[in-house]
Amino acid sequence: MNILAIDTSNQVLGVSLLKDDQIIGEIMTNLSKNHSVRLMPAIERLMGEVSLKPEELDKIVVAKGPGSYTGVRIGISTAKTMAWALNIPVVGVSSLEVLAYQGRFFNDYICPFFDARRGLVFTGLYKWKNNQLLNVLDENNLLMDDVLKKLEKEQKKVLFLSPDISVYKEAIHQSLGELAVIPEGPYHVPQAGHLGLAGMAKEVTSTHELTPNYLRLAEAEANWLKEQKDKENHG
Amino acid sequence: MTKDTLILGIETSCDETAVAIVKNGTEIISNVVASQIESHKRFGGVVPEIASRHHVEQITHVLEEAFKGSQVTWDEIDAIAVTEGPGLVGALLVGVNSAKALAFAKQKPLVGVHHIAGHIYANRLEKEFQFPLLALIVSGGHTELVLMREHGSYELIGETRDDAAGEAYDKVARMLNLPYPGGPHIDRLAEIGEETIDFPRAWLEDGSYDFSFSGLKSAVINKIHNAKQRGETLKNEDIAASFQASVVEVLTAKTLRAAKEYNVSQVIVAGGVAANKGLRKELKAAFGKTDIPLLIPNMKLCTDNAAMIAAAGTIAFEAGRRSGMDLNANASLLLK
Ligand SMILES: [Zn+2]
Repeated sequence: MNILAIDTSNQVLGVSLLKDDQIIGEIMTNLSKNHSVRLMPAIERLMGEVSLKPEELDKIVVAKGPGSYTGVRIGISTAKTMAWALNIPVVGVSSLEVLAYQGRFFNDYICPFFDARRGLVFTGLYKWKNNQLLNVLDENNLLMDDVLKKLEKEQKKVLFLSPDISVYKEAIHQSLGELAVIPEGPYHVPQAGHLGLAGMAKEVTSTHELTPNYLRLAEAEANWLKEQKDKENHG
Repeated sequence: MTKDTLILGIETSCDETAVAIVKNGTEIISNVVASQIESHKRFGGVVPEIASRHHVEQITHVLEEAFKGSQVTWDEIDAIAVTEGPGLVGALLVGVNSAKALAFAKQKPLVGVHHIAGHIYANRLEKEFQFPLLALIVSGGHTELVLMREHGSYELIGETRDDAAGEAYDKVARMLNLPYPGGPHIDRLAEIGEETIDFPRAWLEDGSYDFSFSGLKSAVINKIHNAKQRGETLKNEDIAASFQASVVEVLTAKTLRAAKEYNVSQVIVAGGVAANKGLRKELKAAFGKTDIPLLIPNMKLCTDNAAMIAAAGTIAFEAGRRSGMDLNANASLLLK
């Protein structure tokens, strides 16, 4: 079983090839560079290095967000079109879930997050139980302040994982003190190998139905919906 | 007999997700367009983020549809052509990355295509080109005069310095409270209205083939405001007729002058505004008095589609042009 895993949902560009549950090759950069220009050359190069032909792929796994809308779309467009062309299954995995894999041996709550600007984060709560990753709080676009307030009440240890950890490190420590666990740099970078592993356990969705996990309406749509609601209330 | 060339085209530069298969650059095998117009209507215009979202949802559906009734197999496809620009960058990215994924998965050559080259080549799906030819491209994003001396060679001899003609139509339509897209509504009103208002014609400096429509747009706004202040009522039909007369006269006159100056063998009209009845009528009348043949493709080929991208891509492919796996979307790509 040859699996190609693709993550362009945030700053990291990750491409991994797995043979069953073994990583056979991986390319990763953590740079603010153009994913659209670099993704296909990375896939082509990696496949060449491990001598795999496109038609030898059995499954594609892609990080479906949350993250940069554009980045997520680059990954999903590539993954679903390639899967469609090769007639193989494709699986989308939440980008937050991929991060939570870095806390594989942590027993309490895991809070992966991505900065969504203006005090907001894309986040959810996860927990490993019986070798399975469980989602214990739905992924959402929330104010970090609200997330921390909620966690304060729980009085449990929480592992924070995020490429944007520096933005909220102080706030986290202030709010949770000793209960907050924040590891070193590399733990905050999502790994495409973990993405492949996560995808292996997931139910395959229809290729056509695979869409990004934006966690947020487009601004124009949100405004439009609000307008309709206001009209209803006043009209 | 030489082998047929089959090109798969992909177009996602604005609000249509489109895939087509074209034979030898002249014959449509399949041409599928998923329009998002119904979704954007509620916003009164195309919202880039929404357009990009729809493209991701639609792309594999449309690909599948393009192959379905075609009896073409992947073995027969010679290359993938895709619009690389200009257009909305987020929208273009979906097409470009899907095209690269296909090119890699099926090990086919990849050819990036300029959207305007596509609009021009839409005409070749109906009639073979005669060079030199002059193309007038008018759409929501473009107003350009392009001279072609041979296949794949484009000389931009005139372009808009501000708004595209279609953009001016949409803005005026909005002032008249017409639904989006406004162009067809103005065209409809203009047909029954009379040219009672003398709006300016932007001829620009002597000999220029450039266009400008922002002055006209402002003149229309001012006219409506002034009339309102004075308590006068202007008929929407007459505003539409007067506005359209100004746009059409400038487009027609400049196209005719350029056609004569460059002694072209053919004039081609392309882009969404080519569907405008007023423009078609004037151009036909003007070129009817000359011996220069005028080509306007049918409606379905005027608006954005992928058959035109495959048609233009065929020429680029046959000329040996190839794009790499690092092909990117370029929102302001120049026509060369
Ligand atoms: Zn167009």
